[in-house]
Amino acid sequence: MKAPKPTRPGGYVPRDRTWQPAALTPAYKTSVKRSPQSALLSFPTTPSEETGPVFGHHMLGALDNDLLHNYAAAGESAIGPRIIVRGRVLDEFARPVPGALIEVWQANAGGRYRHKKESYLAALDPNFGGCGRVIAGDAGGYEFRTVQPGPYPWPNGMNDWRPAHIHFSVFGAGFAQRLITQMYFEGDPLIWRCPIVGALPCREAVETLIAPLDMNGTVPFDALCYRFDIVLRGRRQTMFENRREGL
Amino acid sequence: MAQKLDYLKETPSQTAGPYVHIGCTSNFIGVQGVYDRDLGSEMKTGPVKGQEITITGRVIDGTGTALRDVLVEIWQADAGGLHNSPQETRGKADANFTGWGRCPGHPETGEFRFDTVKPGRVPFGDGRMQAPHVTFWIVARGINIGLHTRMYFADEDAANADDPILSRIEHRNRVATLLASRDGDAAYRFDIVLQGEDETVFFDM
Ligand SMILES: [Fe+3]
Repeated sequence: MKAPKPTRPGGYVPRDRTWQPAALTPAYKTSVKRSPQSALLSFPTTPSEETGPVFGHHMLGALDNDLLHNYAAAGESAIGPRIIVRGRVLDEFARPVPGALIEVWQANAGGRYRHKKESYLAALDPNFGGCGRVIAGDAGGYEFRTVQPGPYPWPNGMNDWRPAHIHFSVFGAGFAQRLITQMYFEGDPLIWRCPIVGALPCREAVETLIAPLDMNGTVPFDALCYRFDIVLRGRRQTMFENRREGL
Repeated sequence: MAQKLDYLKETPSQTAGPYVHIGCTSNFIGVQGVYDRDLGSEMKTGPVKGQEITITGRVIDGTGTALRDVLVEIWQADAGGLHNSPQETRGKADANFTGWGRCPGHPETGEFRFDTVKPGRVPFGDGRMQAPHVTFWIVARGINIGLHTRMYFADEDAANADDPILSRIEHRNRVATLLASRDGDAAYRFDIVLQGEDETVFFDM
């Protein structure tokens, strides 16, 4: 009798589209004309989706994960509540995703972005750029330091405000795992009023985007800590070749 | 009651929003000095194998307007059909070709452009070869979850006719939405339509 072939990766499991937001969510007005209407084409992943670009730790600068200082003048620091955001990147099978690249961007403590199109009257902070990045370690862990962003108003309804949030762009091992999302903060009453949050299909899905305050991760007299774990799509491990018996 | 499956749920997507450029192409948007260059702006790091091509296009909304705040990423094989990735199991890809590009839409025209190479063929799960293609991923304000599609080459009739994924498209008149047209010697044009009559076929990926 032949021994089974060693475990090798199979394809990525399909996305649960009932858990992810629909393309068309009319309360978020911009989605109305930017949402495809036809059914998506489904097929098993191929090497084109199972591979992905690689980002090495060598490309990172010393301050890339320190938004307090990566745009600040020498000896200066961004203004606002100092926080650490820490978590792990895992897949749906709870395996760590080492080497995942996380890029983040956010408004400053007053809710203002450093962007030409930004019109909110809150002041710019000359020492805050609003971007950072980090690569997950061997156990999938990552962390960065920043200021807690402020909420801001946006043109959608007549009085819509975004809850405080940090945008995350994540690369896993395969391009099939590509994801952009937003992290919210525990206890923010604006979360449940936001039409962008409301694009999610259920309360449980929203809760996975809310980072709890983590007093154990706090640096006393320095920075509070929020914990945010990220889950990317999982890839099957197959013991047996996908071939008919006897071939 | 049965036993509980202990799988985790994928983190839900949220829109990239209007300020995605701050995080992903910060130099392009004028946040200078944090990163030395924008990731994905160069796909070639030296002399590359195969035919060098450009891909230009726009992403168009349901009113026919080009998105000027879009961010487009592509991922593809090298000229030999291999990906520059640790997950590539079939061989060693061209070391001077990253295979990954990222381009923001032009602030006035919405146009994106990639200087890349024509990809070789990549196998499907059952061993059949797929037609040459480039994976596209599109995010912007108003897009709740990144849109995944593929660009194929209109001048690859024979390969396209046998492609296992193109042949799954039920409405045959929609296949053309995935074909880039030749726009000069080594230039291809690929417009992506989000909604309406000529809506691009998007993938459940
Ligand atoms: Fe935002």
